[in-house]
Amino acid sequence: MEAITAKKPEKQKPKPKSGRFFKIALQQRYLYLMSLPFVIWVFVFSYLPLWGWTMAFQNFRPGRSFFDQTWVGFDHFIALFSDDRFFLALRNTLAMSFMGLIAGFTVPIILAILINEVRQQVFKRFVQTVSYLPHFVSWVVVAGIVTKMLSTENGAVNDLLMFLGVIDTPYQFMAKGNWFWSIVTAADVWKESGWNAIIYLAAIAGIGPELYEAAKVDGASRIQQIWHVTIPGIRTTIIVLLIMSIGHLVSIGFEKQFLLSNNLVREYAEVLDLYALNYGLGMGRFSYGTAINMFNSVVSILLLFIANGTFKRITKESIM
Amino acid sequence: MNRTFARASWSDRVFDISVYVILAIVTVVTLYPFLNVLAISFNNSTDTVRGGITIWPREFTLENYRVIFSFPSLLTGFQISILRTVVGTFLGLASAAMLAYTLSRVDFQGRRYISVFLAITMYVSGGLIPVYILIRDLGMMNSFAVYVLPGLVSAFNVFIIRSFMDGLPYALQESAKLDGANDWTIFWRIILPLCKPALATIALFLAVGQWNAWLDTYLYNGSNASLTTLQFELMKVIQSTTTGNSGGDYRSQNMSQVMNRVSPESVKMAITIVVTVPILVVYPFLQGYFVKGMTLGAVKS
Repeated sequence: MEAITAKKPEKQKPKPKSGRFFKIALQQRYLYLMSLPFVIWVFVFSYLPLWGWTMAFQNFRPGRSFFDQTWVGFDHFIALFSDDRFFLALRNTLAMSFMGLIAGFTVPIILAILINEVRQQVFKRFVQTVSYLPHFVSWVVVAGIVTKMLSTENGAVNDLLMFLGVIDTPYQFMAKGNWFWSIVTAADVWKESGWNAIIYLAAIAGIGPELYEAAKVDGASRIQQIWHVTIPGIRTTIIVLLIMSIGHLVSIGFEKQFLLSNNLVREYAEVLDLYALNYGLGMGRFSYGTAINMFNSVVSILLLFIANGTFKRITKESIM
Repeated sequence: MNRTFARASWSDRVFDISVYVILAIVTVVTLYPFLNVLAISFNNSTDTVRGGITIWPREFTLENYRVIFSFPSLLTGFQISILRTVVGTFLGLASAAMLAYTLSRVDFQGRRYISVFLAITMYVSGGLIPVYILIRDLGMMNSFAVYVLPGLVSAFNVFIIRSFMDGLPYALQESAKLDGANDWTIFWRIILPLCKPALATIALFLAVGQWNAWLDTYLYNGSNASLTTLQFELMKVIQSTTTGNSGGDYRSQNMSQVMNRVSPESVKMAITIVVTVPILVVYPFLQGYFVKGMTLGAVKS
């Protein structure tokens, strides 16, 4: 967070006495007026839900005051950790996030490198424009498109596979649980790769041309130039983004899973957030749902710290 | 990077060709689904069932669109979606710009604390259920406010605008201050006009986010037909036609009356196009901006 929060060198200023503090505060009244309302805003909508975690330790009943709730300690967590469905949800979450991490991490890098190698400017711009496009389309639309493409009735994928003679009859992709993870990952790659490649393209653009010149003088082929100049040149960017995505490993959301799943693939589609939604809101078990959410958030933060710490030790680079 | 073709070796030429081929495939894979959906949406519904529609309609018709625009819920959804996009983008942009300006002021007392306070929200979140309970306790269920207010301040957007402001020469503000301008005037008259590229980027992010949102409708306003959104309506149609989905209550009252005129498949495709087109229309104009904006964020991190 240091990288984001403290960028400019602080001006040297003597420790103000309290009288001076208020004098400056009065001078900066417009700055306070422009920021404090939003600070309160953030407090209400981002910090109060953290206070809501207390629900996980109660048998929360809506409509009662905080002091009238029954406290149950870790009962909900004990129930959670002995529920088979929780472990299924955890498995699904981890499986999809690992697949997403690997694919969603490598494909944009490769795409950026490939786009960078194109020297025909019109084609380059066209590919880029097209590749960002799906990022701006909602998951609802993407889910509709994916369902259509994989459909057994004139779906493009089945048509293509039958044309190539790989299969004889249309395959029911959307009804097969063991395909679900791959479908979600592929949909994600389709939607976000072009967009995520922008950052890498920017990083590649920052590499000095003299490095390529030197590599060429040494007789490096194009592939060798990529390997020895381009990739080392974007290493920092790669590491920072990797740490951030590891931090989000278990908080992958549930939009894709919610929209792409159906009853036939439920066992492979229910991720932690969806599990919390089904139990917490669907069945009105708010405390139990909160326990799931809390588990999710705490694990994310731990993963972020672990990833950050590990990379710091290995590469001396970090995001915090 | 003036790599000349003349010296290109055989292996480099193979490499070059493979790059073009791979990227051409990427382009086709990205574009084909959209074109396919577009073609089906303009194709006669009974004819579509025969299959074989690729990127061009075989029996051109506007019937599918005529049908979906006769759904009252879809028209309401259209209005609400536009309203939330306009209001949400405007308020989100105003708040992010103001906060960003105060954080870009090195001399501002609260700068450090507010930065950390905001940054924490990017990594820690209470989760779905606590937020739901909060929204309910605040009495925001079944209201338009729930589309705009909870997500008003986004730390990410604030930091992007701030890093842009950090790049502006500080002398500008100093001379204005000597002329007796107060902080609000400096922000409004001097800083904001200079931040147009960053503001355009954030406006695009906010607008796309608002336009594409469906979950808040589902969670908070699902039972209120007058507050439905376009994405939510599309979601209901898709869920009701997906394989094996029970989705009992999703099967909207519209479906049965539609079935005898056009197939749900065609309806789905037409709504998909209606939902997507507004984005495609503004997209080319803003492209230059968001690439700049994203790059800014990248350099920062």
